[in-house]
Amino acid sequence: MTVMTKTRARFNLKAAAPFVALFVLIALGAFVHPKFLTFDNLVQNVATRTSFIAIIAIGATFVMASGGLDLSVGSIAAFVAGVMLIYLKSGGPEAGVGMIALAIGLAILVGAACGLANGLITTVGKIEPFIVTLGTMVILRSLFTYLANGGSISISPDLKDIYAPVYSGTFVGVPIPVLTVLAVAAVAAFLLYRTVFGRHVIAVGSNEDVARYSGIAVNRVKLWTYIIQGICVGIAITLYVPRLGSANSATGLFWELQAITAVVIGGTLLKGGTGRIAGTVAGAFLLEVIGNILTLSNVNVYLIGAVQGTIIIIAMLVQRSLMRKS
Amino acid sequence: MKKLMIGLAALSLAAGLGVASAEDQKLTVAVSIPAADHGWTGGVVYHATRAAKLLEAAHPGLKIIIKTSPDGASQASALEDLTTQGINALVVLPHNSDELTGPIKKVKSKGVFITVVDRALSDPTINDLYVAGNNPELGRVAGQYMKEKLGKADIVVIRGLPIVIDEERQKGFDDAIKGSDIKVLDKQFGNWSRDDAFKVMQDYLTKFAKIDAVWCQDDDMAVGVLEAIKQSKRTDVKLVIGGAGMKDMIKKVADGDAMMPVNVLYPPAMVASALEMTVSGLYDKVPVRGKYILDATLVTKENAKEFYFPDSPF
Repeated sequence: MTVMTKTRARFNLKAAAPFVALFVLIALGAFVHPKFLTFDNLVQNVATRTSFIAIIAIGATFVMASGGLDLSVGSIAAFVAGVMLIYLKSGGPEAGVGMIALAIGLAILVGAACGLANGLITTVGKIEPFIVTLGTMVILRSLFTYLANGGSISISPDLKDIYAPVYSGTFVGVPIPVLTVLAVAAVAAFLLYRTVFGRHVIAVGSNEDVARYSGIAVNRVKLWTYIIQGICVGIAITLYVPRLGSANSATGLFWELQAITAVVIGGTLLKGGTGRIAGTVAGAFLLEVIGNILTLSNVNVYLIGAVQGTIIIIAMLVQRSLMRKS
Repeated sequence: MKKLMIGLAALSLAAGLGVASAEDQKLTVAVSIPAADHGWTGGVVYHATRAAKLLEAAHPGLKIIIKTSPDGASQASALEDLTTQGINALVVLPHNSDELTGPIKKVKSKGVFITVVDRALSDPTINDLYVAGNNPELGRVAGQYMKEKLGKADIVVIRGLPIVIDEERQKGFDDAIKGSDIKVLDKQFGNWSRDDAFKVMQDYLTKFAKIDAVWCQDDDMAVGVLEAIKQSKRTDVKLVIGGAGMKDMIKKVADGDAMMPVNVLYPPAMVASALEMTVSGLYDKVPVRGKYILDATLVTKENAKEFYFPDSPF
């Protein structure tokens, strides 16, 4: 009985660790600038612009919980944005809400297809996901550059104005991207914690051989984690495109690193076997808050990177020491 | 047997063509440029490809090889590969001066004509021809305009990346506003990225209650800046100056946009100027050795049409 409570206590503390780190950081931010702790700054600006990385990182939580890795998410993002923008442009001046709805569907479909490709090459081809997704990262980035003719792809200002509220609009006072993150996180948490599939993801990540001997279709589980990752990138892009109405070669650059960092800060282990959806969202938010605090502060502009890295490492130390306690 | 006949026929045909084009001197020019990693370099690739097509059509014996590289190290390897193929001239826009001065010097030692574009080498004696935009002038023209237009103002600056180009532009700007009532509230890096500039601008708007104007050094970043201002619904920002001459921004200037009345030119088409000059040096023996520095022209509503290329990706 005592053993039971002890495990539960440890579990809760582990799950809370990234939130404690986030809380400490927000307290620090409050000292840096009086406007830091305002709804406009923390929710309307920072939480909203965290949404892309947060949603992508939720997908990455599945991949990494199963012991996989996806380096191609930034390039998938750019490619999906490219396809979506070209589709929207093809509608000409009459394009409206209906076309945007179809474009959103298309984005999610293309994202899923990219994930499917990653998953198939990894499982059927039996190649390390690091190499596979490094390859698709380069391929998809190049395909985007080809679509954009080396420059940028933009939709007309009129169409952008129709689509813009998806990024800048609110529902009952909460920005739509923030609500989207919460919805995706809720579905993901249900999938990971409450379904057979979710248990299989963790089992495969903990020990692939044992999972296989237990009769789990390891390849099918892995394949689905990459498809989920692709779908998440697709959803993220449907929020990204309405912000500037355009994409260029900087779109999605280094997003894979930000997503992986968010997942790890959130308490999911790089080697797999655990997955923490809420922690991942907190991790993504934490990264963006650090950037926000640094811009609001008067740190020497050349040293921002050093301070940023230091804060991330300190946040990880706080988080890991909490995880080890009790 | 039949196959062999066809083969022989093809061979003789090819030989015949060879004889015909031999009238025009056979020369190979290599163009080594960074991959399209942001809008401006995208424009460089576009204009290099466009100029190469025109020049190859004008000189039947001319072969132009365009090679893009994602970073300095792979550009250095690409230069070695290109030299092995045998080239007469090299037009190079180096990723960075420090890393590529050595490799370019090696190409030069093979007797290749060297044209350097945009980013100067650490050793300026290597290049036969140097074609560049005017970075300090880009900053100075923007600063001068701001000083004349606003007189007294609180402004914010979004810089590019911590490299020479950025420093030169920044210094030109700082010199222009020195001693004036233009007060720079903050300078941060936006990495020449729309998304990063959007974030920095959002945070500036939180940090400062009143901002009169923004100088953001590059039109890609201006896209993010304008959107951040629009979403914040703030009305204090009266003026945004970008730079480089991206088509969307030139169009705004031409349309008489109130917040963006001017632009400062730093055209990616300079790679085409460099390629044209190199080729005419090779074929027509016109003197091209030296330095060719383009003006950082102030684009206004009156002259904007001249600089508007709707087909360019940048």
